[in-house]
Amino acid sequence: MRAYKPKNDVQKKSYYNDRFYITPSLQRKTVYSDSVFSADYLSLKNIVDISESYIELDHMVIYINPEDNIKAIKHLRDIRAYDFMVELSAIDYVASKGGFEIFYELLSTTKRKRIRVKTFVKEGQAIESVNPLFRMADWSEREMYDMYGIVSNNHPFMKRILMPDDWQGHPLLKTYPLQGDEAASWYEVDKIFGKEARDIVGPELRDAACVDRYDTDRFARLGHEVPKGTPISEGNEPDTPIRYQEEGGVQLFGVKLVTPFDEIEKEQLKQRK
Amino acid sequence: MQVSNKLKPFFENITFEREDNTMVVNFGPQHPSAHGQLRLMLELQGEEVVKSHPDVGYLHRGIEKMGENMIYNEFLPTTDRMDYIASTSNNYGYALAVEKLIGVEAPRRAEVIRTMLLEINRIISHLFWLATHALDVGAMSIFLYAFREREFAMDLMEDYCGARLTHSAVRIGGVPLDLPDNWIADLENFMAVLESQIPIYEGLLTKNRIWRMRLENVGIIPVEMAKSWAVTGIALRGSGVKWDLRREMPYGLYPELDFDIPISDRCDSYGRYKCYMAEMYESMKILRQLIPMYRESDTQLMAHAPQYISCTKEEMMTQNYSLMQHFVLVTQGMRPPVGEVYVATESPKGELGFMIVSDGSPYPYKLKCRAPSFWHTGILQDLLPGHQLADVVTIIGNLNIVFGEIDR
Repeated sequence: MRAYKPKNDVQKKSYYNDRFYITPSLQRKTVYSDSVFSADYLSLKNIVDISESYIELDHMVIYINPEDNIKAIKHLRDIRAYDFMVELSAIDYVASKGGFEIFYELLSTTKRKRIRVKTFVKEGQAIESVNPLFRMADWSEREMYDMYGIVSNNHPFMKRILMPDDWQGHPLLKTYPLQGDEAASWYEVDKIFGKEARDIVGPELRDAACVDRYDTDRFARLGHEVPKGTPISEGNEPDTPIRYQEEGGVQLFGVKLVTPFDEIEKEQLKQRK
Repeated sequence: MQVSNKLKPFFENITFEREDNTMVVNFGPQHPSAHGQLRLMLELQGEEVVKSHPDVGYLHRGIEKMGENMIYNEFLPTTDRMDYIASTSNNYGYALAVEKLIGVEAPRRAEVIRTMLLEINRIISHLFWLATHALDVGAMSIFLYAFREREFAMDLMEDYCGARLTHSAVRIGGVPLDLPDNWIADLENFMAVLESQIPIYEGLLTKNRIWRMRLENVGIIPVEMAKSWAVTGIALRGSGVKWDLRREMPYGLYPELDFDIPISDRCDSYGRYKCYMAEMYESMKILRQLIPMYRESDTQLMAHAPQYISCTKEEMMTQNYSLMQHFVLVTQGMRPPVGEVYVATESPKGELGFMIVSDGSPYPYKLKCRAPSFWHTGILQDLLPGHQLADVVTIIGNLNIVFGEIDR
């Protein structure tokens, strides 16, 4: 039987996992272990519901309900002095939890602290835009939409930002294939010339590192050069080793500086003529 | 929106002469002063910009997607392609994020070398900024002078890692190589040259009437706007906010180093220009302090953490188990603990952050690169209206945007 491959996560996976390996986790501290964070937490707790909170690697992480995002971030910005929203994006948990985790990375320049506010939205669920609070969300939420398809409500310009406007699919989803399909590789050929031209045009060469050693038009055979375009194939490779002028002896202070052609060179010259 | 099965030109509905007498101009994506692949759609009233719409994505390579499908070490050279003007700063930001995730600290000598490379990269980036920005504004000779000095700095990078633009000079857990012979002497020579040259640039520009007319009161970013748009780096310090991550939330060796953070209250392009020039002196100050630190440091270059980081070449060639572990780390990759990390460093452009969500597998579950230039481009939307068309070039050049990291 073939190994089962999940369709909802087609990303690269490790080819080997030790059955007895126990994955360690980062240590999480309670929010009360830091006085600044605990004050922020207690203040925010009165405003919105906080389902989970902890400190991980100097960041306080707070989970809120998606409908509270404006309220919570406004409170953190205006009352708790988190004056920068440095990053905003989502994490794809469609395969495991059926939705996305949206995170807002906040920074306070006065307290020198960072908070990550997280919220979970189901697949297809929209979230209110935080653009009125932080203008940077204008572009970040567009990027989030572009990469994950999460729509932000009341956003001034909810369009793709990095991918082309007519792109299908959202690239950072775990379901997004890592390689293009057969039909897509023929897209331009079919559109412009029609399907029957596939044979004439030939498949697209996308391997930039591909070197054809029998292609004398585009590649030099280092050390065994032949004139450009010489038809060679397996078994029919003329041997043209490197020859240095010094081997024949350059007469530096003599009269003759040019050495005559040797046999191989004479033959090559004849072929070229 | 284009109908997906029809090939039609995109903006056929835009009319260039409308009733309200404004004109829509496409600035870029191939405009030489668009600094890469920036397409600006500008609505002009006469020569005044009334609306601007930056269109990015022409250099999108899906670096985050690539990162999620590569093992941690494999992704490091890809980060070079983000801010390709100062690629070591990307390598360092990424390496630092992974090191924080796995709880490893680089040895002191590695950290000294990294900081040296970072500051050289800052100088390279600032010289490049000065050259191209001055060229955009019309000061051709500065371009030639600044590129000449940048070449010396590039030679230093080349001597160290062999590459000029895509350095990959940092590894997760340290650096691969020690400094070559005479490198410190070359660095001192370079700094002596640069120190004698920067006053010449300043002499040509700072009091230059044309330069001041083109830069003063152009591209004013008020503090509120800067904070709202998450503007960082010199664009923020040029607005009078003293915020440099190297000082305010320090990492690596920066707590031990003595340097100033130049700021300007002018909020305009000229103030930012002054900050850039002052920062080059500060970088040199840091480099001078690093030289004795390098000499005093122990020779270890890579951290010892066999679970995550390959052993030294010597151990690999002499001990069977080390070789096996190295083989596993290269083929399967390291498995960091489950958790999330966001680490921000002060790159020459601003706050460069890497957010990594690890699920314990050798591939990051989510990798987000917080590139400062992304929002430095976004702010053009609010910044450009009200400016003259000629000022657009000044502002784009002045914000020091690099498309490798905007589009990623």
